[in-house]
Amino acid sequence: MSARPGTALAASCASCHDCGLLVQLSDPAAHGALCPRCGAALHERKPRSLERTWALVIAAAICYVPANLLPVMAVTSLGQTEADTIMSGVIYFLTHGSWPLAIIIFTASVFVPLMKLAILTFLLISVHRRSSWRPVERTRMYRLTEMIGRWSMVDIYVVTIMVALVRLGNLATIEAGAGAVFFGAVVVVTILAAESFDPRLIWDCSDARTT
Amino acid sequence: MDVSAGSPFHGALSLRRGERVAIALVACHDCDLLQRLGEVPEGAAAKCRRCGALLRKRPRNGMERTLALALASAVLFVVAQSFPFLSFEMKGNVTQTNVMTGIVDLYDQGKGEIAALVLLTIVLAPLAQIALLLYVLVPLRRNRVPWHLPHAFRLLRHVQNWSMMEVFLIGILVGITKLMGMASVVPGLAIWAFALLMLVLAGAVASFDPEAVWERLEEIR
Repeated sequence: MSARPGTALAASCASCHDCGLLVQLSDPAAHGALCPRCGAALHERKPRSLERTWALVIAAAICYVPANLLPVMAVTSLGQTEADTIMSGVIYFLTHGSWPLAIIIFTASVFVPLMKLAILTFLLISVHRRSSWRPVERTRMYRLTEMIGRWSMVDIYVVTIMVALVRLGNLATIEAGAGAVFFGAVVVVTILAAESFDPRLIWDCSDARTT
Repeated sequence: MDVSAGSPFHGALSLRRGERVAIALVACHDCDLLQRLGEVPEGAAAKCRRCGALLRKRPRNGMERTLALALASAVLFVVAQSFPFLSFEMKGNVTQTNVMTGIVDLYDQGKGEIAALVLLTIVLAPLAQIALLLYVLVPLRRNRVPWHLPHAFRLLRHVQNWSMMEVFLIGILVGITKLMGMASVVPGLAIWAFALLMLVLAGAVASFDPEAVWERLEEIR
């Protein structure tokens, strides 16, 4: 990999993932160097970043389907059971006039995971194609996915609270559904995917172009 | 907070393998650009000159402030976990919950995965954050070096990503609104403690400066 002088890679240095210390690695192929300050293994780039991120993005996309089709919770009230999927929860709030909550749930549970998957896929493809298109904006997109992923947990917490509160024997009970398990998996796997992607790969391609 | 950008670096480095580069030089964690980073004044932050990533911030009285807020968090954590969170009244039946009962109920319903995820994100991760901050900062204040400091640091960095109390509070808001139609929901003491804990712990994390800890460590040694 040829990089523009001025990057740590070009100077055969690596900054420690854990403590940020910049360390010289004279032989870039040599692995197993340790950070002299905190003892973490040093890597110029996150190891196997592209493969890992692809695997996690695909896994999350697969889980996303049952997460939306299966019920996230079932409300049993006076003998009648009503199952709620994520979308039917959004529609419930819309028809009951609390559209701010409908927007919160829609954004957190439908829009954010989809956007995260779309951005990560786009970034992966752009790195594979060695694109030099707007690296600053692409880095910002990456930071956005890192920041917003956690907000998808809202629906899981709503289910937890409803389950805990509504325990009235025959009167009413609420049970978490299989959709919630898949949805939790989507959230965890997309957070791991964002963590495994290395934004410096975006710059490696454009740096190589400009030399 | 003032923000300054790093200055460009064009020199050549001649160091042996594994040797540390002078502290003033850093590589951006997002775009890998090498840049010289002068002394960052208290209350200021430095950003990458190429991609704008935050390279270093040095909060005013970072160590003292983090320590104080972490101690306050520890007290609030105990209150948030031990008092009732919400009570729910429907046709004369009252259910009271605290944070743990919801998790136990999910587990009893055979949804162990979700129970584990909720336990991690609103109980274990915040607890670990508080404990690790105290573990690192209390000995340093008394001029001692905590055992296995790098491990504690690494764990703290990983755990932060999974502490999601602010999201939980939004979840509570939505859940309460949903149940309003069925019955009356009364917020308990713990919910206020929890909201306060979220703010205080966020303040502790924001004023924590790992680089200052490394510097302090070198002073002691």
